[in-house]
Amino acid sequence: MVDATNTQKVKSKQHSAEAMTQEGFSLFPFFIEIASLFLFIIHFFKEALRPPYEFNEFLRQCYLIGYKSFSLVGITGFIMGLVLTIQSRPTLAIFGAESWLPAMVAISIIREIGPVITAVICAGKVGSSIGAELASMKVTEQIDAMEVSGINPFNYIVVTRVLACTFMVPLLTVFADAIGLMGAFAGVNIKGDTSFSLFFFQVFNALKFTDIFPAFIKSFFFGQAVGMIGCYKGYNCNEGTEGVGKAANSAVVMASLSIFIIDMIAVQITSFFL
Amino acid sequence: METKTTDTAIDATPTPATASASDEVVVAIKHLKKTFGSKEVLKDISFQLNKGENLVVLGKSGTGKSVLIKCMMRLIQPDQGEIEVLGKDILKLKEKELNDMRKKIGFLFQSAALYDSMTVGENLEFPLREERGIPAEEIKKRIQEALQNVGLEDSLYKMPSELSGGMRKRVGLARTMMLKPEIILYDEPTTGLDPVTSKEISKLILEVQKKYDASSIIITHDMECARITANRIMVLKDGEVVQEGTYEELKKSDDPWIRSFFE
Repeated sequence: MVDATNTQKVKSKQHSAEAMTQEGFSLFPFFIEIASLFLFIIHFFKEALRPPYEFNEFLRQCYLIGYKSFSLVGITGFIMGLVLTIQSRPTLAIFGAESWLPAMVAISIIREIGPVITAVICAGKVGSSIGAELASMKVTEQIDAMEVSGINPFNYIVVTRVLACTFMVPLLTVFADAIGLMGAFAGVNIKGDTSFSLFFFQVFNALKFTDIFPAFIKSFFFGQAVGMIGCYKGYNCNEGTEGVGKAANSAVVMASLSIFIIDMIAVQITSFFL
Repeated sequence: METKTTDTAIDATPTPATASASDEVVVAIKHLKKTFGSKEVLKDISFQLNKGENLVVLGKSGTGKSVLIKCMMRLIQPDQGEIEVLGKDILKLKEKELNDMRKKIGFLFQSAALYDSMTVGENLEFPLREERGIPAEEIKKRIQEALQNVGLEDSLYKMPSELSGGMRKRVGLARTMMLKPEIILYDEPTTGLDPVTSKEISKLILEVQKKYDASSIIITHDMECARITANRIMVLKDGEVVQEGTYEELKKSDDPWIRSFFE
């Protein structure tokens, strides 16, 4: 009996040691990843400030990232406003506060839902495409080909894409917010009768500068996170064609997660100052 | 569909390379070593390349041939050794100097590595983007000339996805020649091509070398390519140089392993 207990204790110690070892192994690559992402970000800022500035490529990326995402972001924004309004109405109706519907929906869209949903959509559409494109460029030696031509591939490929994301996601957010409010207007009028001018009077009456400004600022960080992580995953892909899929997938997952983390930090900072 | 070399293209000659190299050394590699994990890929490699010479590096897959030329471009950092290119130790160059040096060395990738998002013309124009002061007309002329050299003057506006394997290699070669390099490194230029196209590419390499008086290192295990292009052949085995000589010399080698390449 004593022997059995001792054996169990030894086994239990072995299991915990194994678990610790496994935990150690699983955490180590995570920290390595964070460290290399950090180095990648430093490299980005160094290259971004250094000529030559690839302005034409930056504009091309703005077109691909911004303009080509307009329809998707617009449709999503409209549905978002419409659904939020329809879902919120019954709850407000219980308190007899249906007249607050435009204000409540506007604050929700502008402050939180517009920037976050737009950024998550961009993480899915833009982040994955950047990750896959750069990974396939790496696998097919196109990045090496730029390097051997004496051209800095980081400047041409990474800096332009990250900057384009940084500037386009806030614009897409403004667009999604505007279309979201149109959706909310449609939602309000499904069961009510509110004029366009009254709806927007109520919306702008409820909104303050402190609702709009922090949300707009954080969307720059969302955009930068989407571009940076997409580029990081693609640029560091080293596993052949299988790595292309992995890079695209992990770019979306990591960018989406980082959007929520940035959002959490942004909310804390905003509430601290306001 | 493969575009045939036109009259304006370089006249392809069926004769093998003749010894046209001078004594001037353009590449000198000394005691080069590279290890990946526990695998020692390059073990103390030393050799020289003379001006105007075509050196073919022969060996089985995985013997470190591609690693060798990637070390020369500093795409891979070697663990030990010296790589002197055009009189400068490439491993000690700073970024700006390295980029300037890279412009003097052309590199044709195994996959041609054409930029997918650009047309053939844009691919060819790309290496010139940091060359200041070249007028647009001159760039246009150079692109036309490079395409004529490889017999693809009609492909200016085509995308790489519209090209066959052989055409991609030709465009890759044309792009490599845009900066008029003094040294050209070819990484398995005929791999994945049919014998006829392989022969055309081999002849093209020879003609380009003659026209631009470039020195070349050609990584291959295609013996026909080696026969057509080589002034000298260097055989790598397990990361070491096991024998050097002309095509005919190695064909009569005492080593049955080396002779097996020629059978």
